[in-house]
Amino acid sequence: MNDRTLEISLTVNGARVQERVEARKTLVDFLREDLALTGSHVGCEHGVCGACTVRVNGEIVRGCLMLAVQCDGATVDTIEGLSDSGEVSDLQTAFEQRNALQCGYCTPGMITAAQDLLKRSKKVPSREEIREHLSGNYCRCTGYHAIVDAVEAVAQARAGARK
Amino acid sequence: MKPAPFAYKKVRTLKEAVTLLAKHKDNARLLAGGQSLIATLNMRLSAPSLLIDINGIKGLDGIAKKGKFVEVGALARHTQVEQSDVIARYAPLIALAMPHIGHAAIRNRGSFGGSIAFADPAAELPACLLAMGGEVDIASAKGKRKVKADAFFKGLFETALRPNEIVTAVRVPVADKNTRVGFAELARRHGDYAIVGLAASARTNGKGLDEVRLAYFGVGDTPIRVKKAEAALAGGNVDAAVNALDLDPHDDVQATAKVKKHLAGVLLRRVAAQLLESRP
Repeated sequence: MNDRTLEISLTVNGARVQERVEARKTLVDFLREDLALTGSHVGCEHGVCGACTVRVNGEIVRGCLMLAVQCDGATVDTIEGLSDSGEVSDLQTAFEQRNALQCGYCTPGMITAAQDLLKRSKKVPSREEIREHLSGNYCRCTGYHAIVDAVEAVAQARAGARK
Repeated sequence: MKPAPFAYKKVRTLKEAVTLLAKHKDNARLLAGGQSLIATLNMRLSAPSLLIDINGIKGLDGIAKKGKFVEVGALARHTQVEQSDVIARYAPLIALAMPHIGHAAIRNRGSFGGSIAFADPAAELPACLLAMGGEVDIASAKGKRKVKADAFFKGLFETALRPNEIVTAVRVPVADKNTRVGFAELARRHGDYAIVGLAASARTNGKGLDEVRLAYFGVGDTPIRVKKAEAALAGGNVDAAVNALDLDPHDDVQATAKVKKHLAGVLLRRVAAQLLESRP
């Protein structure tokens, strides 16, 4: 018992995946190294920067603070999946149009966290609520203002489309 | 950095968890939310030979009013506590503290029991537990015991927990119409660990406050009660309470001791106003 490597099977971006992984491997390293899904980034590796934000069973988590072995049986969505399905295409467009990214390192985590807020909000979130929800995601380029602008614009557009 | 190699075992029952703990003791670590543990593994501040994943144990994540107490299961996630009607109604101090804990992605994973057991001196929940005069349910292969909050936090990341023990639940007294609570925290970024924070509870007697409990965090090795200030505040004198603060914080990366002491007084005034606010 207590092997240092374990067999896991999970669903990543809609596809079944079965792999043998080291127990010590974090989810984000597993996604990047074993599955070549390099959209999730590795920044601080201790939960501060948010560059590794992914969705596990529908909830955003830090990919550096979960082990891959903990995701046995789970459904994981990365920026690649959210992008391919079109779920975040309006956010991606708004980020581009409003210069809400420069180097782009934080962007996958930023968009995943923003989508989490917009998906859960019943009304258009205030700028304060947007800032609060993105407070766990560092951006060292933009000063955040353009990011909040982009998320707010998409929130308003989606609310308009619902009417 | 990456964690040093370890073995991993996902357990399904409390019995399995405590049996493994009894066998491996200090060489094993319990993995609950992992939001502190995995960070310390990544930085190799901790290198256990075995991780015991308790996330698969059923029935450890309940939140319920049981008589005069609200019981929060050790595996209740911060998000779950934040959204709980039972907490909002019967444990309002915890409800006030929740939005300050980490960020959305952290709160989705982080567990209530984990925060108590880890006992970070700058964390919100240990101070809340102390301010409310709660207690901690502990289990081991030898049986169960309870420890009061006042006796639980022993030192820097050190608690009354023994290496073979696990926190199973936390219990706090139910708030009633005479309960008053206050909470304030200063952090450089919303959701980060506090520079200084204060959790407080008291009972109103119509004229003033009784049973004032003030628990600071971020200003020492543990959450700290300031009993002289509590007595002064019960006497209704906020200035005297601020003057009676006998905290002795250390300089840290966030602020000097002098700044922390000053901010502790600022927070006490804010929290005193919350406690003394009249309610309909």
